[in-house]
Amino acid sequence: MFLQQIANALALGSVYALFAIGFTLIFGVLEVITLAHGAVFMVGAFAGLIAVTRFNLGIIPAILTSMLASGLLGFIIDFVAVRPLRKKKYHHLAPMIATIGCATIITSISQGIFGAEAYRFPFDFVPTKSYEIGDIQLTLLQLVIIGISFSLMIMLILLLKRTKWGKAVRAVAENRRTAALLGIPVERVFQITSFTSSALGGAAGVLTGLNFNAIHTYMGGPILHRGIAVIILGGMGDIRGAMAGGLILGFSEIMSVAYISSDFRDAISFGLLFLILLIRPSGIFGKVPERKG
Amino acid sequence: MKRVLELTEVYANYGHIQALKGISLTVNEGEIVALIGANGAGKSTALNTISGIVRAAKGKILYKGNDITKSPAHLIVRGGIVQVPEGRAILKTLKVIENLELGAFIRKDPLQIKKDIEEVFDRFPILKKRANQPAGTLSGGEQQMLAIGRALMARPKLLLLDEPSMGLAPLVVKEIFNIIQEINKNGTSILVVEQNARMALKISHRGYVLETGSIVLGDSSADLLNNKKVIEAYLGG
Ligand SMILES: Nc1ncnc2c1ncn2[C@@H]1O[C@H](COP(=O)(O)OP(=O)(O)OP(=O)(O)O)[C@@H](O)[C@H]1O
Ligand SMILES: [Mg+2]
Repeated sequence: MFLQQIANALALGSVYALFAIGFTLIFGVLEVITLAHGAVFMVGAFAGLIAVTRFNLGIIPAILTSMLASGLLGFIIDFVAVRPLRKKKYHHLAPMIATIGCATIITSISQGIFGAEAYRFPFDFVPTKSYEIGDIQLTLLQLVIIGISFSLMIMLILLLKRTKWGKAVRAVAENRRTAALLGIPVERVFQITSFTSSALGGAAGVLTGLNFNAIHTYMGGPILHRGIAVIILGGMGDIRGAMAGGLILGFSEIMSVAYISSDFRDAISFGLLFLILLIRPSGIFGKVPERKG
Repeated sequence: MKRVLELTEVYANYGHIQALKGISLTVNEGEIVALIGANGAGKSTALNTISGIVRAAKGKILYKGNDITKSPAHLIVRGGIVQVPEGRAILKTLKVIENLELGAFIRKDPLQIKKDIEEVFDRFPILKKRANQPAGTLSGGEQQMLAIGRALMARPKLLLLDEPSMGLAPLVVKEIFNIIQEINKNGTSILVVEQNARMALKISHRGYVLETGSIVLGDSSADLLNNKKVIEAYLGG
């Protein structure tokens, strides 16, 4: 029973981590909390769904389609809502307001098109099979979800660590003026980051849609709240922190449903996050904010 | 002599603060030019305006005859003007070797980049030992060496140095200035900002004195070293 919950928790938590990793990356590089990340997630889920139902694509091509669509959406949000603020001195809340605006517009348009009902993937899109790994029974769906989300996160980490542009992204995250003095086109790095992070958010949308077999236009809100909690828990801007935070939230949600009550799921999870933050106010991997000199 | 850099009546402001009040200066090919002045005189602002980090409010900046007054910072680097900013602006969370690799961001010749990294390691052997450490763990002097080595990775034609001696022990200062002269002999023109005026004037060909945003003197460094006003105000005479 407990071991079984681990599989559920891993599937849920890895998708939270995937959502949060892009969210935290944008914060780390652009120093902006983009409250449109939930809407991007929702659009990604629908793009994946359409790729499957209209164009009969398999899961990998569908996820890639969804990533392309949500990546472009993230790029556009940055271009129309955040970039104009960058050119001026802005209050740090301004990009939040601007991206809430984007989220509202995107959600309204989607509701106009898709209504409020839940959409499903075709029956047996991912065949119902299960595998025994040790004492844990994993469904094929869970394996697919965990496999894809971890592969994407590992790819992101490798890109950041190994490639020239990945290093440029890290340079901009640390100090954009120094980066510019090295000849790094900082504005382009912002755009690449927005695209990549949103693409990962879109993939998380498809995987969530598969996990619950439901996609609807208001699925962006709850994930956004969780994403905010996860990146604060992990340490703002910290990639490992977002992964750890996502997994912790996934575990606490699944365990509270399994052993306490589904009514208290969110109360217990968020209570736990609050407790961790009391012990480590800057998050698991976060540093105490330094004075900028 | 060919002009590498020419500033004409350049102004720069921070809000209401006028940091540069119409400065004009030149750097010729193969020269080391020193820009000296007290705290807050506007030295860093001058370099940042050349680098495109601060926008000139008025005036003109020519680089090899081309107007770069409005060019974005990354294209100015691409053109060959590389700055080593004040206060060891290295990337502390990145490894030493990653700092060097990023110094070559504008280049597309991976094999030659590898060779150049080895050359930097030859010049600063301590960096080779520390190659895989986060750059933030280096000592002050090592960080300054990394900052200079990183700038060289871009193969600059004009190197802007902002107080390379700041906070370093006298022996290290000497070493850094020796290296600056060496870099210059290899064909790079240099504009160096310093509060250590004696040292800067000793290694440079010409110098300018900046006071509260205006250039009040410009002469050969040998003459500046003997100038009464300079001796009084900047050489502790
Ligand atoms: N970012 C900024 N915002 C507002 N004022 C600034 C800023 N940077 C510099 N200044 C002001 O502009 C003037 C020139 O500063 P600058 O840093 O160019 O001087 P400096 O000659 O490099 O001094 P130091 O030797 O202390 O480095 C100073 O009065 C300074 O207070
Ligand atoms: Mg200065």
